[in-house]
Amino acid sequence: MATVQVSEAEKVYILHGIRDDLRVDGRGCEDYRHMEVETDVVSNTDGSAKVTLGHTAVLVGIKAEIGKPRPLIPNEGYLEFFVDCSANATPEFEGRGGEELGTELSNILYKVFNNEHSLDLRSLCISPGEHCWVLYVDVLLLQCDGNLYDAISIAIKAALFNTKIPRVHISSDDEGGKEIELSDDPYDCMRVNVSCIVTLCKIGHRHVVDATLQEKACSVASLIISVTHKGVITCTRKVGRGSLDPESICEMTEAGRRVGKALHSPLIKLLQQEESLGKKRQKVGFLG
Amino acid sequence: MAVDMRLPTVIKAMSLSVSAADRKDMVVPGDVITSDTGFMRGHGTYVDEDKLTASVAGEVQRVDKLICVRPLKTRFNGEVGDVVVGRITEVQQKRWKVETNSRLDSVLLLSSVNLPGGELRRRSAEDELTMREYLQEGDLISAEVQSVFSDGALSLHTRSLKYGKLGQGVLVQLSPSLIKRQKTHFHNLPCGASIILGNNGFVWLYPTPGQQEEEAGGFYTSLEPVSLSDREVISRLRNCLLALAAHKVLLYDTSVLYCYESSLQHQVKDILKPEVMEEIVMLTQQKLLEQEG
Repeated sequence: MATVQVSEAEKVYILHGIRDDLRVDGRGCEDYRHMEVETDVVSNTDGSAKVTLGHTAVLVGIKAEIGKPRPLIPNEGYLEFFVDCSANATPEFEGRGGEELGTELSNILYKVFNNEHSLDLRSLCISPGEHCWVLYVDVLLLQCDGNLYDAISIAIKAALFNTKIPRVHISSDDEGGKEIELSDDPYDCMRVNVSCIVTLCKIGHRHVVDATLQEKACSVASLIISVTHKGVITCTRKVGRGSLDPESICEMTEAGRRVGKALHSPLIKLLQQEESLGKKRQKVGFLG
Repeated sequence: MAVDMRLPTVIKAMSLSVSAADRKDMVVPGDVITSDTGFMRGHGTYVDEDKLTASVAGEVQRVDKLICVRPLKTRFNGEVGDVVVGRITEVQQKRWKVETNSRLDSVLLLSSVNLPGGELRRRSAEDELTMREYLQEGDLISAEVQSVFSDGALSLHTRSLKYGKLGQGVLVQLSPSLIKRQKTHFHNLPCGASIILGNNGFVWLYPTPGQQEEEAGGFYTSLEPVSLSDREVISRLRNCLLALAAHKVLLYDTSVLYCYESSLQHQVKDILKPEVMEEIVMLTQQKLLEQEG
């Protein structure tokens, strides 16, 4: 991860501030930074979204293809992830420098999103054992300022909202083989609804949501929680070199559930508002 | 718990009416500066078919027969006497390397710092071995540029009680061209915090030290918790600085103070929202124009 150096006195200042619920930029411990979401920015994907969370910028593109389901789970589709940390974000990612972070991010995304509770994978099945939808999710990190998981998960949710997967009919043709027909109606499609990831960083005795790079440098351990819109926790993972007390894990999980549940409705409302603007929407893209 | 999500909007350039006389000679790469061949070309220019053209975006400077273009977005080019705020990146033999947002890391020699107690003596081998006890990697210092090496690296010194290691506070990193050159860069703002406007674009905000604290030259950093009211003032100032920098307003103590006063009606965390930033900066610019005129 792009790291920033912090002096001992700055760490003490940040620690005491979080203890008093006043972070360096005036936010409370559970406030997010200013977020901007835009979908349909990449024209040759089936769905795409660009999310800016403070100074962190993430671009997600999704391509839907028909493939063979996994042998052990024949009646579910799946998602394939690839995370690219571009050198745009920080010179540390030049060449192969961003590979480590990229593989770490894609491994966690696999764990979170290939879980039947995070999203309905059975809806991606076409015919069990033979055909299913495979969604190839490509994530590009444009700018790194802390809290990558949250930004990536919001971008994936927005991109999946933007991806309209057509409904297919299986019919057997004359020789006994199966034929796949896409429906003619352009509006006959389905959308995949996924959970959101919330990262909680333990700093001192309290935890913060949406930590900046300076705050990350003061924390020893973080908890990554994936929460659905109903408040169900589907995946938990601890990252960082430090240890977490079981009581603080309970506290952080409760806070993560609360924060995660509250992320879904404003996002869906915003995406629906964007969709309702239709052709009149002024696309901002990258040069706004 | 607050989540502020919105659709992105195209940022419109804010412009206050500036008279033609005030407008400085700004050029963009490719602009022809002059077709007269009698001028010598300096930095930021090149000759294209006998015409002097700019190669960077910035201000044209003419000194007799020399024309150069001073770019707006650039690394810090230090001059002797500049006050800088820097972060220690390396501890080497008899010197520290300091990161000051310039092309090369600046150098702070062991002989350029004050020893504890204000002693004046030759630095011994023991001083060399205890360098790390004074300044470690990651520490912040305020210093003055003593000289410039031939390769452009700056040599710093902290040979005054007002310079030295910095304690608790907040660092804001901005562009060096936004900091106005003034007589003093250390200000105790009336709103209750102090500010160091480093010429290199690093601005340090810290709680005003109490009367009883003697100037120890940076050897003692207080790790006492800062009061909540001071913290709020510092957070508000930090957000105001970011708002001013986003709208390219020149930073000096008066502009920062006017921005602080204009922002009092909003909550600290709301200042970073685009529409609130625009409103605050417009009020600040109006106040500054009134003060000049």
